Amino acid sequence: MIFDPGYHEFSVVRDEDRCIKCRVCVRQCSFESACHDPEEDSVYNDQTKCVGCHRCEALCPTNAIEIRRSQSNFKENENFTADVIRNINKQALTGGMLLTGMGNDKPYPIYWDHMLLDASQVTNPSIDPLREPMELRTFLGRKPDFLEIEESEGVSLKTELAPQLELELPIVFSAMSYGAINYNVCEALAMAAGAAGTYYNTGEGGLHKNLYKYAKNTIVQVASGRFGVHREYLDIGAAIEIKIGQGAKPGIGGHLPGEKIGEEVSSTRMIPVGTDALSPAPQHDIYSIEDLRQLIYALKEATDYTKPVSVKIAAVHNSAAIASGMVRAGADIIALDGFRGGTGAAPTMVRDNVGIPIELALASVDTRLREEGIRNQASILVAGGFRNSGDVIKAIALGADAIYIGTAALVALGCTLCQKCYTGKCGWGITTNDPYLARRQNPEIAAQKLTNLLRGWGLEIKEMLGGMGLNAIESLRGNRLKLRGVGLSDTDLDILGILPAGK
Amino acid sequence: MCDMVIDAKGVYYKELNKRIRDAILRGKKTIDLININGQRYIADGINSGTVININGVPGQDLAAFMNGPTVIVNSNAQDGVGNTMNNGKVIIHGMAGDVLGYGMRGGKLHILGDVGYRVGIHMKSYKDQVPVIIVGGKAGDFFGEYMAGGVLILLNLNKDDPRPAVGDYFGTGMHGGAIYVRGVVDKHKLGAEVNIREIEEDDERILEECLKEYCDDLKLDYEDIMSAKFTKYIPVSRRPYGNLYAY
Repeated sequence: MIFDPGYHEFSVVRDEDRCIKCRVCVRQCSFESACHDPEEDSVYNDQTKCVGCHRCEALCPTNAIEIRRSQSNFKENENFTADVIRNINKQALTGGMLLTGMGNDKPYPIYWDHMLLDASQVTNPSIDPLREPMELRTFLGRKPDFLEIEESEGVSLKTELAPQLELELPIVFSAMSYGAINYNVCEALAMAAGAAGTYYNTGEGGLHKNLYKYAKNTIVQVASGRFGVHREYLDIGAAIEIKIGQGAKPGIGGHLPGEKIGEEVSSTRMIPVGTDALSPAPQHDIYSIEDLRQLIYALKEATDYTKPVSVKIAAVHNSAAIASGMVRAGADIIALDGFRGGTGAAPTMVRDNVGIPIELALASVDTRLREEGIRNQASILVAGGFRNSGDVIKAIALGADAIYIGTAALVALGCTLCQKCYTGKCGWGITTNDPYLARRQNPEIAAQKLTNLLRGWGLEIKEMLGGMGLNAIESLRGNRLKLRGVGLSDTDLDILGILPAGK
Repeated sequence: MCDMVIDAKGVYYKELNKRIRDAILRGKKTIDLININGQRYIADGINSGTVININGVPGQDLAAFMNGPTVIVNSNAQDGVGNTMNNGKVIIHGMAGDVLGYGMRGGKLHILGDVGYRVGIHMKSYKDQVPVIIVGGKAGDFFGEYMAGGVLILLNLNKDDPRPAVGDYFGTGMHGGAIYVRGVVDKHKLGAEVNIREIEEDDERILEECLKEYCDDLKLDYEDIMSAKFTKYIPVSRRPYGNLYAY
């Protein structure tokens, strides 16, 4: 047998004076770190099994538990860090690819933190959103090149508008599949989208029949595995999204591990219980922009041109050129997912080393589509690690029509980014289909948290808009003069299309 | 007898498909399309039991997302027939192109002649809903790739064509369903995830049921087809890629 050194990341520190041996931690720990010894009547931890999800700490009634980074330090090394050593050990033991969950956690530059917004002073009065109307309503879909107005018997619009999604605020819950997350979380996202007047995206795992009732707030996704894609599913969606790529794992497909495929997921995806759900990297009917057009129009034909079709790609080096092709192929919405976007499972090396930041991808795509005079033909939805309303409003100013949030939504439900989604053992009951764990998410309560989050962000966006003297999000869209860069190189500023602060 | 004839000469697909949908809405049960010349997306997403006869060569993505109709093509067809189809039947009295029945979830594709690459990939099934593709001729590479369910039958009926029955990477990534071949596929053509098996009693029943209907549709002799030996190909494992990762 190969010796496992078992270097662990976390230590569970238990205050024995406070611990009342109630065993809440034992019941809550889905990774079997917390244990009870009935003979000794002692509660203790197997430190090697703690993943740092903080579930026990959060639920301990006497605050007796604290999760810390392991105090055992390797000799300082900026190159071969503790993570590197642990990963090499893991691979030496298993011979497998390193797997992880959630978005890229490496210290790449976060451009949002190097951009600052403008505000009105003296010469252009700011607006107080508490007393004056402030418009966040957003429409996603193809806009006409020009409008024709008919003026007989009053004024009416002669131009026929393409189908649009109507959002009360420019934030949409991004694609998280049924299977990757459980039914309760799907329902919470659907309910919250309805309450907030926005949309949630089913991801590629199909749609459970009980969620059909949230149809008007649902974007349905079609990906390479075509799980759960059928006529009724396409009919239900307010929009259809073709998934080409995902920011966390550009260029590769997905494997939903067999551990997460139970009876219900199996019936929705139409694959046997316990198999891996394989979504290959390419959709084998799409090898070109022309092929993409074929699928876009197959979907439009199948739904009689009643709903917008979105195409989602990972942000990569040539996103701008691809986006131009996507618009010309008939996409009504372009979804760009940056390299910090989350995932339920991705090879660690892919997540940590592939793709580009959403800030740069967004700026270059928006610029390119403007230069080509086709920006109106598609809306831009951006995703990839949006943390707060500051990121959201900066993205709007850079040129986005709306923002997808995934990780932030899950954090609102308790996620602490322990990155173990792929195990199917999520202690917070989010990325697990184990009924015992999934019960930890009550759809109503979870929906309330998500609705609260959106309300809070919406209020903040209005406050910042008013501060800039704007009363509609539309006035900020692509208005890069409202942004200034700090600590950025000339090249960065050039790509972002913004001036440095002070200029 | 048909309820309606639509002349597709010079009609763009968007207009043609609108006319077809309108006809179905007006309750037409049988529609003949004449002078079809490459129009795409015919019968896409249609949700009824209509019979659509196609005269001429239909374009890409015929019967995509289709849910019920019977489509009869009296010539060859192009790529993407039955893409993500849910129910219904497509009968092709000729050859067809690549990526047929991608992600197919139900219904039947009966093709008389040869087919191209990546036919029947990602087919799925659940309980009683079992898609079936039957190919009378030969097939290209990646036949049944990533197959997760359903039945694929390859007959290789044209004895005069000396090429092998199927291309390379047969059943690569397969993790469900079954492929039946009239004859034997060379071992070197099989994907790593596929095993060859002898035909058993259950298989004979499946073959009989599927092929009798196929022969009825295409006016072929069932006994003649059954006179040759069949082999069966099933996945090695339900989790072909389960050991790729370091947990």
